[in-house]
Amino acid sequence: MFPRSKRDLSRRGPVRCLALAALAVVLSGCNVVLMQPSGDIAMRQRDLILASTGLMLLIIVPVIALTALVAWRYRASNTEATYDPDWHHSTQLEVVIWAAPLAIVIALGALTWISTHTLDPYRPLDRLDAKRPLPADVKPITVEVVALDWKWLFFYPDQGIATVNELAAPVDVPITFKITSASVMNSFFIPALAGQIYAMPGMETKLHAVINKAGIFDGFSANYSGSGFSRMNFKFHGLKREAFDEWVAKVKGEGKPLSRDAYIALEKPTEAEPVRYFASVEEGLYKAALNMCVLPGKMCMHEMMHIDAMGGAGKDSQANRDRLRYDNRHAEQGDEAVGATFPASGRESRDGHKPQGVTSGGSRDGSGKDEPGQDKLEKTNPHQGHSPGMNHGGHNHGGSAPAQLNN
Amino acid sequence: MFSNPDLQTLVFGRLTWDAIPLHDPILIVTFAMVALGGAALLGIMTYFRWWGPLWRDWLTSVDHKKIGIMYIVMALVMLLRGFSDALLMRSQQALASGGGEGYLPPHHYDQIFTAHGVIMIFFVAMPLVTGLMNYVIPLQIGARDVAFPFLNNLSFWMTASGAATVMASLFVGEFARTGWLAMPPLSGADSSPGVGVDYYIWALQIAGVGTLLSGINLIATIVKMRAPGMTMMKLPIFVWSSLCTNVLIVAAFPILTAVLALLSLDRYVGTHFFTNDLGGNPMMYVNLIWIWGHPEVYILILPAFGVFSEIVSTYSSKRLFGYASMVYALVVITILAYLVWLHHFFTMGSGASVNSFFGITTMIISIPTGAKIFNWLFTMYRGRIRFEVPMLWTLGFMVTFVIGGMTGVLLAVPPADFVLHNSLFLVAHFHNVIIGGVVFGMFAGITYWFPKAFGYKLDPFWGKMSFWFWLTGFYVAFMPLYLLGLMGVTRRLNRIEDPSLQIWFVVAAIGSVLILLGILSFIVQLVVSYRRRDELRDLTGDPWGGRTLEWSTASPPPDYNFAFTPVIHDHDAWSDMKRRGYSRPLTGFKAIHMPRNTATGVILGGLSTVFSFAMIWYMWPLAAVSFVAILVVSIAHTFNYDRDFDIPADAVVRAEGERTRLMARQA
Repeated sequence: MFPRSKRDLSRRGPVRCLALAALAVVLSGCNVVLMQPSGDIAMRQRDLILASTGLMLLIIVPVIALTALVAWRYRASNTEATYDPDWHHSTQLEVVIWAAPLAIVIALGALTWISTHTLDPYRPLDRLDAKRPLPADVKPITVEVVALDWKWLFFYPDQGIATVNELAAPVDVPITFKITSASVMNSFFIPALAGQIYAMPGMETKLHAVINKAGIFDGFSANYSGSGFSRMNFKFHGLKREAFDEWVAKVKGEGKPLSRDAYIALEKPTEAEPVRYFASVEEGLYKAALNMCVLPGKMCMHEMMHIDAMGGAGKDSQANRDRLRYDNRHAEQGDEAVGATFPASGRESRDGHKPQGVTSGGSRDGSGKDEPGQDKLEKTNPHQGHSPGMNHGGHNHGGSAPAQLNN
Repeated sequence: MFSNPDLQTLVFGRLTWDAIPLHDPILIVTFAMVALGGAALLGIMTYFRWWGPLWRDWLTSVDHKKIGIMYIVMALVMLLRGFSDALLMRSQQALASGGGEGYLPPHHYDQIFTAHGVIMIFFVAMPLVTGLMNYVIPLQIGARDVAFPFLNNLSFWMTASGAATVMASLFVGEFARTGWLAMPPLSGADSSPGVGVDYYIWALQIAGVGTLLSGINLIATIVKMRAPGMTMMKLPIFVWSSLCTNVLIVAAFPILTAVLALLSLDRYVGTHFFTNDLGGNPMMYVNLIWIWGHPEVYILILPAFGVFSEIVSTYSSKRLFGYASMVYALVVITILAYLVWLHHFFTMGSGASVNSFFGITTMIISIPTGAKIFNWLFTMYRGRIRFEVPMLWTLGFMVTFVIGGMTGVLLAVPPADFVLHNSLFLVAHFHNVIIGGVVFGMFAGITYWFPKAFGYKLDPFWGKMSFWFWLTGFYVAFMPLYLLGLMGVTRRLNRIEDPSLQIWFVVAAIGSVLILLGILSFIVQLVVSYRRRDELRDLTGDPWGGRTLEWSTASPPPDYNFAFTPVIHDHDAWSDMKRRGYSRPLTGFKAIHMPRNTATGVILGGLSTVFSFAMIWYMWPLAAVSFVAILVVSIAHTFNYDRDFDIPADAVVRAEGERTRLMARQA
């Protein structure tokens, strides 16, 4: 899973080996990625984990030892041990048992406050690694990340390219990730590089990180997002500068353009999506994805927020109602997630795993009455269209599709 | 919907024969076994004519002892279901980490991990805790029942209704595929259009209301019904922990009710609180659900702390060390439980200062918790420790829980959480504290109070087997998960691509089999103890050398608990009474005023189940009828004036005389 084979043990520092030993890790090949990451942020997070664990062990180990010791020493059969059934208070001991954890927590709290601020994912980097400060002339690389059902789309605004399920960055160059989601919540995580942060629809999160070693690392979604979640993986390539340029050239050479239409097609739910390259990207596509307005006719989130910030549109806001509906687009277009089928869409599942127990058109219940409604539903649902029935309460269309779900 | 002339759809909503998962062999076999087992049970009940007694003495009972036992029985039944889910998950991951697909496709696997979490928290841990509190609190404070006996019965049936709804989803339709907190947008109508999330919503909504009512009831009981002399600082420590838990319940569960109601509105009438349409935002749900969800964790663990306090003191034959300090620790934990919820989503993009604040408040909770551990330690110090089964659970807890506490504090450091969040490390952590804390505590409590409830001890051999299997099983099952978390493996994966990880999943699966043996040992223990009940019988009512009031009365206690209300001078009231040479009064008994059984709770619970089911399947006419019926029955019940009766004095004399004879025989 992780590039363990490239490591030789001699290069690992004593601290690292000690840490592994302390964790009692007997490993088939030492692939504990969080303990031996390749990016400075993840490395500092590892050091923090080790320091915090060490601090806590100061109190945990004595407690466990004392528990065993006291339980054994004062066993009922040991009549030589002191027995004092009424001893139940000692101010000195009380002070100690409250003060000892307090002392640890004060130390840990200070560590937490400082590290949370220095390792804040929104904070631009101030060093390349423990030994190297940030060069003055460094130009960070920006990657815009969009979590789709169920794959990752990466935009490289500086290079003008985009990729699916493959990410690359030059070694020792700060990376600024801007992260959003086009559907449900996901979490963008490359354990070897840095900690994760959520990818959320209509919102942008940020992550600053740097990769210090060349290699191929695993990235994935760390927040369950539906049936394709387990395959929502990608490879992150840490590349030397020249190799990165070659990679960009390769993407430009092999890729097709990513237009809005191509994005809309790409956005449809798929599982186990192969790597794809896009040689060019239509202007403003990431911003539109972030604001959920790639589909024609949708109002961008930032426009809505602006209207709201100005006091709202009052009665006129009704006119924007349809433009502010984002959720049901897959169902309306007939490319909904597998499993997300009837009654939301009125169509059969695309993979045979329909939600159990929902009335299917042409059903086994023998009534057959669903069929006309079914047809009607299909007809009133042209691709990318919004049937009136769907957008205005939806209580009036036929078929057995429960209207509520179409809202 | 009313424009639709289709009668079938009007009546049955979206329910058709398709809802029966005939295509799934696992479910069919399960269903067949449940059906056969159920039929056998019904047959036995009918053959032995147990229906009448079951209805009169149990289902309609308002006796807190009976209700407590029913809660625990329900929890143990649901434990079997929840644990089956665990076995399925562990075996799936063990198989699917070798490069294959395993045997559970995502649409099934995702239901299983959701159901596992929901069932274990809401229908195993919660009923165990509530059941134990129900049974023990009135006995420990010298009361004859809880403050609102009918409400208690109703609470139980609401919880049972939720459990029945979850179980129904196994065979009719499907359960949610969202994870146990059903986070939108995934749980919204667009991403989860089937009945699964609706099952989730209604099961939790109904059970949650039951829990809330029970919380109110127990607070009123503790505040108003203590025996004379029992000031707050003379409350047994288990009652203190229960009081804190119920305060948490009353303050937290309305949030759950509200957030589920909002999610229902999103799903049923097309509002957009939690999805992006029209400016809704899923972050609100995440916050709200955890503002309930974090106190929920303490709702579960505090009663376990109370159980351990009672047990350590009893089996060390020594007063609890630092009683006041223990009480303050409980209160501090109760308050802090509301100030930490954000630590569940440090990764959602809050600023560094906000994250640090919630990280540090989380760490602060470890101070009172640590103080409690030390207090138990010093209670054992200079004691005479008897290693009975409950004490073994307690020692297992003390060692296991501090490890879970340590990993918990580690997760409270935001930058550390950025790499550990949602990983198997997290899964290992919360199982570490829930199994090592709550489950061990509840098994300890059940073993400890079993002789009080049934008049005979549980067989110690099988108890020890159960304990050692659970303990080793826990470590074998979850230590690999800690490691896998550090290897960067996230939770809820249906398949794992790196075959080199398979060995750890296999080890974890072996651990789950050990836990299975622990559960089976517990069941064997119940059977063996029942068969050996005459040897294990305790006639004194005080088999362990107990220290609190429940041990002063008979085992099992009479319906009225105490013939005379005791007067309290010490928090170890019974210990204090024994020391001062207390002798049981043998004369002067009077008639005792008691609440009368009622069927209203069962009926309301049943109607709630029907209403939930109708709402889930969009059977609007049935939903309307059952809702009206709930209102009618509730109102009609207020006109029932036949709610109490007196146990006549001569019945009390007979019961107490019988006890006198038995005690003489034991002596």
